[in-house]
Amino acid sequence: MKIGKQTIKFENTPKILQTSSIVGPKEMQGPLANYFDQHIDDVFNGQDSFEKAERKLMNDCIDHLLAKVPTNNESIDYLFGGDLLNQCITAGYSSRDLGIPFFGLYGACSTFCESLALAASFINAGYAQKVIATTSSHFCSAERQFRMPLEHGNQKSPTAQCTVTASGAAIVVPKDVGTQGPFVTHITPGKVIDMGISDMTNMGAAMAPAAFNTIMTHLQDTGRNANYYDVIATGDLGVLGSEILVDLFNKEGIDLMGIHADCGALIYDHDKQDTHCGGSGCRLHGKCI
Amino acid sequence: MNANVNMTKEEYSNYVDSKAKKSPIGKNLVWAFVVGGFICIIGQLITDLFTSWNFSKDDASTICTIILIFLGAFLTALNLYSIIGKHAGAGSIVPITGFSNSVVAPAIEFKTEGYVLGLGANMFKIAGPVLVYGITSSVIVGFIYWIIKLFM
Repeated sequence: MKIGKQTIKFENTPKILQTSSIVGPKEMQGPLANYFDQHIDDVFNGQDSFEKAERKLMNDCIDHLLAKVPTNNESIDYLFGGDLLNQCITAGYSSRDLGIPFFGLYGACSTFCESLALAASFINAGYAQKVIATTSSHFCSAERQFRMPLEHGNQKSPTAQCTVTASGAAIVVPKDVGTQGPFVTHITPGKVIDMGISDMTNMGAAMAPAAFNTIMTHLQDTGRNANYYDVIATGDLGVLGSEILVDLFNKEGIDLMGIHADCGALIYDHDKQDTHCGGSGCRLHGKCI
Repeated sequence: MNANVNMTKEEYSNYVDSKAKKSPIGKNLVWAFVVGGFICIIGQLITDLFTSWNFSKDDASTICTIILIFLGAFLTALNLYSIIGKHAGAGSIVPITGFSNSVVAPAIEFKTEGYVLGLGANMFKIAGPVLVYGITSSVIVGFIYWIIKLFM
């Protein structure tokens, strides 16, 4: 049911039954290392290209998820997945190997939330019983597609962020299945808000106004205050983007300090790991509502 | 409660600039000067060495260029040039070793896509514009020089 301007309320509150995550070596050196299910030590992941490495990352992540539930790929109704690469090749090839009916998504940094929102919509509507939402990103393959070759000797801006090497997956089911797991109660898809930031090494500042708009609209649509939530998590605003978001809320008289958490700012130890303004990428958002 | 950001694009851009951490320009300049200068000293040493071995000045500078290009490529392959570049910035991008790095780096990167459409097609991805405009402008300058010579 649509409520307010752009929020959807799920009457049947789909459940996130189980999640799975796998990360690269740099993420394992970060402060969140204990929370990941699996990790790889080599960015090539035993493959001969970074693209194949990323594909294996996603495959391993989904295999692990199926083992955790436990279930098999035949009993999964649909797969919602995406990544950062051209033609979503990672998710495309992964679904080929899995043989699950597949929706390919591209929302860049928002892909995980997008896939989770759509998976939950399918469950809420009763179109499916088991749906997987998944994403992946790989530092080396993203760097090559969007920026400079890895060996190129250039300097990065202090506001630059670092794409995480990781894949995550969640299985969404109707609320009466299983005993554990958080529920998806509302989704508020955001608008594209462009405040004219054209510096590609400052993505946090480019995305912060849209995050502000989406969260604010969500609060208005649901009639809730920000302190209704224990945590309001954003994907990859990074250190600078998070400060801007908190500032923007302050201007409206809302204090987000202590409530807001940004996955991109949390995943690395910025002083030690030389990641400038933190992480970015599809899989950053392990969001609990 | 207003869901729109109450700023014009210009105000927002100024606000972001005031908030963003600045590049350490002083430090970057010193590093660029030191590393760039060091690469030039190496070049000068090689040239002087070959001149002292009775090579002509032209031959010595050609040999020096070849050696520096090799060193740039070699350090790129060992993944050391990117570490130098991270600190030195323009100090290691501008000398000929940087040009070598900008050709070898994409070559390594795109080798996985095959030798023709991968390595061959992408090798000059970064250096290509330098070649296009470098060669074009040298042809134009040469043409002007030729015309001036006709009347002198």
